[in-house]
Amino acid sequence: MGDIGKYLGDAGTRAALLDMLLDHVYLSLVPLAVSVVLAIVLGLLCHRFRRVNATLIGLSNVVYTVPSLALFAIIPAVIGTQVLDPLNVIIALTVYTTALLVRPVAEALAAVPAHVTAAATAMGFRPLRRFLTVELPLSVPVLAAGVRVGSVSNISLVSVGALIGTGGLGTLFTDGFRQRYLAPIIVGIVLTLVLALVVDLLLVLLRDRLTPWTRAGERL
Amino acid sequence: MIEFRDVTKRFDDGTTAVNGLDLVVEAGTITVFVGPSGCGKTTSLRMVNRMVDPTSGTVLVDGRDVLGVDPPALRRGIGYVIQQAGLFPHRTVLDNVATVPLLTGWTRRKARQRAAELLELVGLPAELGRRYPVQLSGGQQQRVGVARALAADPPVLLMDEPFSAVDPVVREGLQDELLRLQAELDKTIVFVTHDIDEAIRIGDKVAVMRTGGVLAQYAPPAELLTRPADDFVAGFVGKDRGYRSLSFVDSAGVEVARAPTVAEGAERGSSSDWRLVVDADDRPRGWVAPDSTVVPGGSLYEVGASLRGALDAALSSPSGLGVAVDADGRVAGVVTARQVLDVIESRRG
Amino acid sequence: MIFADAFAWLVDPVNWSGGKSIPVRIGVHLLYCLGAVLGAALIAVPLGLYVGHTGRGGVVLVGGSNALRALPTLGLVTFLYLVAGGGTTGVLIGLVVLAVPPILAGAYAGVQDVDRGVVDAARGMGMTGAQRLWQVEVPNALPLLVGGLRNATLQVVATASVAAYVGIETLGRPLLDGLRVLDYGQFVGGAILIALLAVVLDVVLAGVGRLVVPAGLRLSAVTPSAQVGAARSSRAQPRRRGEPAPAESGGSTA
Repeated sequence: MGDIGKYLGDAGTRAALLDMLLDHVYLSLVPLAVSVVLAIVLGLLCHRFRRVNATLIGLSNVVYTVPSLALFAIIPAVIGTQVLDPLNVIIALTVYTTALLVRPVAEALAAVPAHVTAAATAMGFRPLRRFLTVELPLSVPVLAAGVRVGSVSNISLVSVGALIGTGGLGTLFTDGFRQRYLAPIIVGIVLTLVLALVVDLLLVLLRDRLTPWTRAGERL
Repeated sequence: MIEFRDVTKRFDDGTTAVNGLDLVVEAGTITVFVGPSGCGKTTSLRMVNRMVDPTSGTVLVDGRDVLGVDPPALRRGIGYVIQQAGLFPHRTVLDNVATVPLLTGWTRRKARQRAAELLELVGLPAELGRRYPVQLSGGQQQRVGVARALAADPPVLLMDEPFSAVDPVVREGLQDELLRLQAELDKTIVFVTHDIDEAIRIGDKVAVMRTGGVLAQYAPPAELLTRPADDFVAGFVGKDRGYRSLSFVDSAGVEVARAPTVAEGAERGSSSDWRLVVDADDRPRGWVAPDSTVVPGGSLYEVGASLRGALDAALSSPSGLGVAVDADGRVAGVVTARQVLDVIESRRG
Repeated sequence: MIFADAFAWLVDPVNWSGGKSIPVRIGVHLLYCLGAVLGAALIAVPLGLYVGHTGRGGVVLVGGSNALRALPTLGLVTFLYLVAGGGTTGVLIGLVVLAVPPILAGAYAGVQDVDRGVVDAARGMGMTGAQRLWQVEVPNALPLLVGGLRNATLQVVATASVAAYVGIETLGRPLLDGLRVLDYGQFVGGAILIALLAVVLDVVLAGVGRLVVPAGLRLSAVTPSAQVGAARSSRAQPRRRGEPAPAESGGSTA
């Protein structure tokens, strides 16, 4: 414990930690935001077209078997970025998170009761408006569950990027390991956990703001 | 015999499901618990096999307090049928039916043999036994549910809305099947439904319960229709209860008149009266109107059946003449609505 | 270009013999994965079944399992290495922690998702708690349970490469070596091997799933309520019922 106190006592260390934390937030949450949008678009395609559904679900299962470290490696070969470019991590995590979210989105859309969409159509909603104002909001609880898993796993995954030089808080693990020094590793684990917890709480709050009807029954 | 003695059930959230229920279910009868949702009918049923335990009061089966019996042992001696059947999706139909015999230690061979007999008893072909529940229609699943409940030959059968998830036509078939089985097996059956028509159709006695778990009336169906205890019961049994109560009065005393008939395919000639078309076996086929057009007939009733059947036959017939048939479906004669009403009036006096 | 280098590395005979050859590393990789998944299953399956069966502690279970997911595997592995003074235990514990949440989710959701009517019927027929668990709940939970094991295996196979960082000769070695000396052929070659291993194991486990999941449940994945003929002839599954939706049991793949 004294070690940790000493480690954190240094102003330079604290400034570096803040940088790494912000880096970590950037590397994990940008892919999350991008993949939510992508997953909604792809999920809608899955929902509307059967063949797209089979293809995309199959593809997302395959993507999920590729280790992230391998994906970090293959992306430069495919799109021509530098091997140590942080963009690789962002793209890799976007691919994973999208793969993770497509199926729940498609299933949530499919689970919207037919009588609800029929009623919306009968009232004169055009397809796009119906999707945005009826089907999508009703899918939020399922989508939110997927996003929560995605955020937790992204936050823990970014650390692996440290092995290729872009890891946010993960850098603390490689530094600590090289110096045989526990303090940064412990600080890194704790900060990762706290970050995951805080983001999860924010997501829960956001979900509850977006879906007031899910708790309406409880007050009765 | 099943007896409820001042039974009350209050749930943890403070709602009272059953409030001071006193009721005796006679052995060898079908007793129906009926009422709106929240009236405690299902809770009452589930207290018999200890799926729910009462907050106070006693439930006795054959004079024995159920609270003194180990729940699994108690339940193995009581058949249990629920809505949607609750069949085990991972077991074949035959193994589903064999469940309780296997639990009570029968050999697999003996249990399956018994299960096959039961499938036949409930009117399912033997080859269905090899299928899985998901491969059956809703009505078939419900029959399997009944067979499964009967497997260990329990004296008591609890049925919780067993037929409410199937369509009306299939439901009527299942009700008839239950009455046929009961005539053969003579079980003590407690049957829960929210459908008053179903209750009146199959119950020897009907317990009408109201929201809050209070027994409103416990009586045979005919009495329920003719002498409802209060406005709640009257409202619940429905507006046409007077007409429906005729189901429980036989039509002896309604004299049938000879029917004016004409053979099917024969030269019709002309007549100013309606004439009944009959086939070679004397079965009714329809009516010939005075203008010689052929019109489909109304409902038929069997001689001696209920007054409701006789009256309906007259009211639904295009000629105003209700057709009575014998047990083989041959024309026995015709009646008018006036005749039926006269009989009703004379019985009242 | 890089893929050609990777192919050259993969077929180079030098890499197929000796103590640090590809087969040895595949063996080590598999050994750690097997140990981790087995260890995690020993913890998570009984716990998931218990909580699913009794219905008690579900909230704690879900919360705890989410917290486990947030633990960064690399941090855990390096931490345990320094504390224990060696790699093996640390890596195994790190991988077990990684594998527990998906298995837990599969076992718990599997039991929890069994039709209430089916469980009610089992109780009403006089099954004891243990009989209900083993004769009804576990067989019906198998599709999700096997799905949880598959997810856990995928993640562990992918993440075991991290173990190379603390000196264990898994398939992560060529990745890290390739990165250090900027030999992308070796780097990508190692990545391809790990991906292949993950796919092969997933296919094997899918096969196991087919063997252990009762036929009545496989049929229900095809047609919820259909004609027998149709259900028999078509084994195609519109949705992979053998897996929980990733939203419930997915997680990190390193």
